[in-house]
Amino acid sequence: MSSVLPLDSLPFPAGERAGARGAPLAASTPLVQATDLAKTFDVSAPWLNRVLERKPRQLLHAVDGVSFAIAKGRTLALVGESGCGKSTVARLLVGLYAPTRGSFAFDGQDAHAAFRSAQGRQLRRRIQMIFQDPYASLNPRWKVQDIVAEPLKEHGLVTGAAALRERVGELLSSVGLAAQDAARYPHQFSGGQRQRISIARALATHPDFLVCDEPTSALDVSVQAQVLNLMKDLQRRLGLTYLFISHNLAVVRHVSDEVGVMYLGRLVELADRQQLFAQPRHPYTRMLLDAIPKMHDTGRARTPVQGEVPNPLNPPSGCAFHPRCPHADARCRAERPVLQEIRGVRVACHAVEEGRV
Amino acid sequence: MAPLLQVRDLVVEFPTRRGTLRALDRISFEIAPGEILGVVGESGAGKSLTGAAIIGLLEPPGRIASGEVLLEGERIDKLPFERLRHIRGRKIGAIFQDPLTSLNPLYTIGRQLTETIQAHLPVDRTEARRRAIALLEETGIPAAAQRIDHYPHQFSGGMRQRVVIALALAAEPRLVVADEPTTALDVSIQAQIIQLLKRICREHGAAVMLITHDMGVIAETCDRVAVMYAGRLAEVGPVHEVIHQPAHPYTTGLMASIPDMESERERLAQIDGAMPRLNAIPPGCAYNPRCPRAFGRCTRERPELLAAGATRAACWLHDASAQVPA
Repeated sequence: MSSVLPLDSLPFPAGERAGARGAPLAASTPLVQATDLAKTFDVSAPWLNRVLERKPRQLLHAVDGVSFAIAKGRTLALVGESGCGKSTVARLLVGLYAPTRGSFAFDGQDAHAAFRSAQGRQLRRRIQMIFQDPYASLNPRWKVQDIVAEPLKEHGLVTGAAALRERVGELLSSVGLAAQDAARYPHQFSGGQRQRISIARALATHPDFLVCDEPTSALDVSVQAQVLNLMKDLQRRLGLTYLFISHNLAVVRHVSDEVGVMYLGRLVELADRQQLFAQPRHPYTRMLLDAIPKMHDTGRARTPVQGEVPNPLNPPSGCAFHPRCPHADARCRAERPVLQEIRGVRVACHAVEEGRV
Repeated sequence: MAPLLQVRDLVVEFPTRRGTLRALDRISFEIAPGEILGVVGESGAGKSLTGAAIIGLLEPPGRIASGEVLLEGERIDKLPFERLRHIRGRKIGAIFQDPLTSLNPLYTIGRQLTETIQAHLPVDRTEARRRAIALLEETGIPAAAQRIDHYPHQFSGGMRQRVVIALALAAEPRLVVADEPTTALDVSIQAQIIQLLKRICREHGAAVMLITHDMGVIAETCDRVAVMYAGRLAEVGPVHEVIHQPAHPYTTGLMASIPDMESERERLAQIDGAMPRLNAIPPGCAYNPRCPRAFGRCTRERPELLAAGATRAACWLHDASAQVPA
């Protein structure tokens, strides 16, 4: 497997991506704008059980009012522990789920209205997704040629077997694979190479926006470095916009421009990368940062975080983090804090607002 | 101090239809009493297999082809199944990655703990239960006296891993083999479990072989670290030296490819290529096709572990008796 190609050997036809090429555009109007996005799942017992056993309806608020914007060519990372709703946000943005509440505007238009209409196809072409598990997201019975060509055929972008073969070869070489690899099956590749195949597939339709759900967490560190470098190169070359979902703060710190920290379905802090890592405000962000084992701090004694993520079916009252928070008081237990701008950072915390932290 | 565990020239092979695969190739290391040895490497490097070979849980057709494993000076790699079963649990405890699969879902955790205690120690049921509750309290399970009668599914992932740690330590073993004990857990829980493992093993005087792919966990927890590559040991040494002055080019590359929280880098260093498959390990040093400092000898002769400053590395760059190209 060779390393990433030099910038000038970019296989995209000239002119096709005019405007998106070169340096990322100025952060003027956001490409992606989520406003009060929410997704509720009905996890109630079946109807008969509810009637006979008098069980109530049970709703799981997986994402509960999340708002953010991503400017063109930038990367927003969402971090949080399992069950915080970050993957649900990803699925909302690619249209795999319809939101229960709120809206998602892509390039100025209401995306979820468009997904249902005739323009949905056009929009899906511009929004693509890279999944976590490169073993599960590639069809083992298909050759790489068919996997990467599927979106091209589906969107009618390339017709004719020869043209398809050529385009797939270009896409594969843009992610550091060989054009001849198209004739092989996914099981003949290593994990890192498979993730390159899924990136090639996602790039096939010339998307503007890539939703990456834990793209490297199934990979070994040296392979992770290859894939992260590739993703950064592609972003610079193609002017891509990323939503990067990860639980690994060190990876997030490396790839993102802005970071949103999620806890139990809500954003608790949304800040510029440098600001967030240099000066985390929300107690949960501080806790997460403190919990990462540090490579260059051998044998350091840490005060480990107390407690676990509460059951999302029965979230705590007020601020969902209050049972684990060292700064919680009566107001935190009663009143849910909203995400608001406090001293240049958007944070949802009463203690920060009151200046107690 | 005599080493607690000695592994000498351990070779594990898997016979297949297309020939024998050598999954572990002459691994040698030692663990001192009470010491925490980290074993790190990428998937397929042989970390878990080393652990499985030591506790005698190799999946057939895998087998120890040569070499020996000594626990407190006694060979345990050739013991009959029943004798080994007695040592497992009593002298060597094991902690696996997924806490749900290492607990029996049909029994309460109390039953699993007391059964383990009674199988290895001469105590009656009431005493075993008392010890089980004490262990659960030690591992930080709140209301242990009530929780002991719960089933594994009633615990969260972090709590289950605490139960598994209690189970591994139930018979006061001298060595705990922990294979990726925190990989399935979230970061905040991972920090709690690592602290717990470290504290409780120190209190019980147990040595730990901690197998993980997470260098951060190794850095915080271990005394020494062994780096594995393609079924071989690449480097062994004190954890601080291996991280800050690695002697093997693979260790250097591995360390540089990890995104960290301190430095400001636009690109991560990457090791091009991938670890070779077991049926295609190159002659000489297994790392030579990817190594930026490889020279002629590396493609012909396999290096043994050589002294390299504070650590030992399997790399010809550290062969004091030969001329090394600059």
